[in-house]
Amino acid sequence: MPSDRPLLSLRVAFARQFYRHARALLASPSDVANPLIFFFMVITLFPLGLGPNPDRLATMAPGILWVVALLASLMVSAKLFASDFEDGSLEQLALAPYPLALTALAEVAAHWLATGFILALVSPLFGVMLGLPWDGLPVLVASLFLGTVCLTLIGALGSALTVNVRRGGLLLSLLIIPLNVPVLIFGTTAVREAVIGGNPESWLALMGGLALGSLVVLPIAVAAALRVSLDS
Amino acid sequence: MWTIIHKMGSPPWFFRFSGALVRWLLPLTICLLLAGAFWGLLVAPPDFRQGNSYRIIYIHVPAAVVALAGYYVMALAGAVSLIWRIKMADITMRAVAPVGAVLTAIALLTGAIWGKPTWGAWWVWDARITSMLILLFLYLGVVALFEAYENKTAAARACAVLTLVGTVNIPIIYKSVDWWYSLHQPASIKFTGESAIDSSMLYPLLVMILAFYCVFAVTVLLNMRAELVWTHRESGWLKQWVGGA
Repeated sequence: MPSDRPLLSLRVAFARQFYRHARALLASPSDVANPLIFFFMVITLFPLGLGPNPDRLATMAPGILWVVALLASLMVSAKLFASDFEDGSLEQLALAPYPLALTALAEVAAHWLATGFILALVSPLFGVMLGLPWDGLPVLVASLFLGTVCLTLIGALGSALTVNVRRGGLLLSLLIIPLNVPVLIFGTTAVREAVIGGNPESWLALMGGLALGSLVVLPIAVAAALRVSLDS
Repeated sequence: MWTIIHKMGSPPWFFRFSGALVRWLLPLTICLLLAGAFWGLLVAPPDFRQGNSYRIIYIHVPAAVVALAGYYVMALAGAVSLIWRIKMADITMRAVAPVGAVLTAIALLTGAIWGKPTWGAWWVWDARITSMLILLFLYLGVVALFEAYENKTAAARACAVLTLVGTVNIPIIYKSVDWWYSLHQPASIKFTGESAIDSSMLYPLLVMILAFYCVFAVTVLLNMRAELVWTHRESGWLKQWVGGA
């Protein structure tokens, strides 16, 4: 390690890594737009398959929206570490004198801002398309906001485990769908409770707990998985 | 204590030890299975409401119990493999995963067969059934991840990370599915097993659970031995053993 340059503080290292990944995402807007277009198109398929009856669509809307959000996050997480792995910058990150968990978390944060966060912001539009009652919309946004944090972190773990594997796409979905089950259940239940006038706060609180717990535990697992992928 | 652990980590020692263990365990397993099956299928009284159809419990419950325990065996081996980098722990994980997957599948299948006469449906989205289905997916994920890596050491460490995250998640999955079920299913269907089980039915069940644990141990040990033979096919101690046997 060259000693003529002082080490950056962890906060600065995190911020730089975050900006680097955010710039890379801004440079290819299609990576940000694709999951949204996917979300839009799959939402369109449901009324075509289930029939246009508004009452039925409204009762199914929480489940449909959440399942499609899960699939969209599955789709984007496959590419989370792929480009960094291919151009070798992941190896540099692993060698850098900063904890890999922290720098990986910075990448995941930038990734979440470009995918999960935006998805949560535009979700009311899709909710209205499916006839979700007004009361459900704020809870839909809040649940997706918290839930996509978990989905993105679990997706990052799957991506880190399969980045060095040929044809890792299908394997990735097998690895992370079971882990995503609690998020899906809590998310749909929160929205459904809001629609029937129940008490969505407790479910949102559970999701907040899951999101915070994942933020603590999963970056360490992601870093360990990245080291395995780099070694193999 | 430590010398035993060190010995366990040595492939030649483990190979000899497991050979002796299997030689004792295999007859014991067969005896337990026959005894449990005879007791459960012929001696135990028929159920007051379900008649004889309940007897599938003697396969269903042991398979489910051991499938759940198997995941924790795998997680423990994964932790040992990550912390101490012991090769035998890698081999243990690799040997447990397919056995656990098969046991989970048996529990699900026998559950479906039992469900048809009892509940009138092959499949119900009950909390426990759904958790078992997710457990099956978790097992299959570990098996698939092992197969995907070329480098076996890396495969074991990747699976260890996945298994440990899965272990943390299993109680959350179980609890979430439980709440989901209690919200959405009418309470018309309940496990009849909720009521205390009579001892004349319980004892053969316990024998069968013990028998399934032995089946699990024997299968895992045989799997591990096969893996050891394959990875050490060039080493001297194995050739010596083959020559001596």
